[in-house]
Amino acid sequence: MSEQYTYAVARIRALEVALFSNATIDQLIACSDYDQCLQFLSEKGWGDSDTPMQAEAILTREEEKIWEVVKDLHVDMEKFDVLSYPKLFHNLKAAIKNVCVGERDRHIFYEDVSIPGGAMLEIVKEKEFGKLPAGMQHAAEEAYEAMLHTRDGQLCDVIIDRAALDAVYAAGKEAKDEIIRDYAESTVAVADIKIAVRSQKTAKSLEFMTRAMAECDSVSVAQLSKAALNGMDAIRDYLMGTAYAEGAEALSQSPSAFERWCDNRIIQTISPQKYKAFTIGPVIAYVIARQNEIKTVRIILSGKLNDLPEDSIRERVREMYV
Amino acid sequence: MSIWSNLGLVYALLGAAVAVFLAGAGSAIGVGIAGQAAAGVVTEDPSKFAKVLIMQLLPGTQGIYGLLVGFITLSNIGLLGGSPKALDPQTGLLVLAACLPIGIVGLISGKYQGMTSAAAIGIVAKKPDQFGKAMLFPAMVETYAILALLISILAVNAVPLP
Repeated sequence: MSEQYTYAVARIRALEVALFSNATIDQLIACSDYDQCLQFLSEKGWGDSDTPMQAEAILTREEEKIWEVVKDLHVDMEKFDVLSYPKLFHNLKAAIKNVCVGERDRHIFYEDVSIPGGAMLEIVKEKEFGKLPAGMQHAAEEAYEAMLHTRDGQLCDVIIDRAALDAVYAAGKEAKDEIIRDYAESTVAVADIKIAVRSQKTAKSLEFMTRAMAECDSVSVAQLSKAALNGMDAIRDYLMGTAYAEGAEALSQSPSAFERWCDNRIIQTISPQKYKAFTIGPVIAYVIARQNEIKTVRIILSGKLNDLPEDSIRERVREMYV
Repeated sequence: MSIWSNLGLVYALLGAAVAVFLAGAGSAIGVGIAGQAAAGVVTEDPSKFAKVLIMQLLPGTQGIYGLLVGFITLSNIGLLGGSPKALDPQTGLLVLAACLPIGIVGLISGKYQGMTSAAAIGIVAKKPDQFGKAMLFPAMVETYAILALLISILAVNAVPLP
């Protein structure tokens, strides 16, 4: 057992006090309108004194605060690769589409990753895929060629999303920390289940699903994709026999209940970290919990903005970490 | 004054050194671990300084116990008074053996009490009203350092000296 994370974990424990609990989320939902929600968030310390009273500005600032805290802890940032891969691959996707379509919109990139928008655009434009991390190079080349020759944005998405899942899974397998392994396994398995559900609804082929889904230990891609071809009941039956049986129940309730379960499953995976004192786990769990919190607040704000009834918003609200 | 002719005294002095050194090292490690956790909490919430400081100090007692045994040993063998006793090697080894419990237990319990204190500081960070309960966990580790101290004091005083 290493004591190198003692300072970081203790600091995170102090920060966890400020995380939103389910009761706080209930209070936010109970706010009468969108403006009152923003006021509530401001009173809870969200945003800064100079942040405009706009949802996106507040949420963006909160996202920035997460990484400011993590950098301040002086822990090895490579441990967070598994969390940053989706953003990194998003930048690749956006850059390929930008270059192939000829648009130059820089506002669709994430800047808080190892290869920010400008650098990614340059790499794709010059076709210098060797400058990308090993797990991205082949997918980048393949997606670029596919986009250039077919102009099929969905094919490009499928290739890069699959590579992102493979990268997350490989990072999990290589990791010594239990939380990273568990998170990677859960993330990939939940993503595969999502792909199966959406493919079933849009009548996609077996080939498409096999291409989109990533292999993992807890879900069989072959069985899941075959189940998706046989209908939603077959997916549910298959899931009932796996560690994701709760997902099958959520699937039978409603699409939003299923989406909610997908995020809750990740929170359940990280929950044991609340009781660890000497590993990187609580720090990674805090980052995931904060991202989940911001996502939940975004759902509530968008529900309030569109005058959705309280019950409808509540159905979409994610489980909180604390 | 040859070492070989005073081997008994050398062994006895080694015993005092072992008690002070090992128990002190255990406390230093423990207080260091708990201190890192305390610093983490105070970075975010300075109002918890007093509570986490008490937690940090808990593993410091082993060093004091080692010092106490070392002091008694030095006093018994006459080094403190300036007139060292002529100990035979067998008596010197008995004094060294008497000092070992607090030395070894102090080292191990100091480290683990520090780790328990760090975990308990996590409780204080999230639930400051549970300070009393949180303090009990590292205090449990102290029991075994006290038992070792007791045996070391009894043994040091029980060794027949000329």
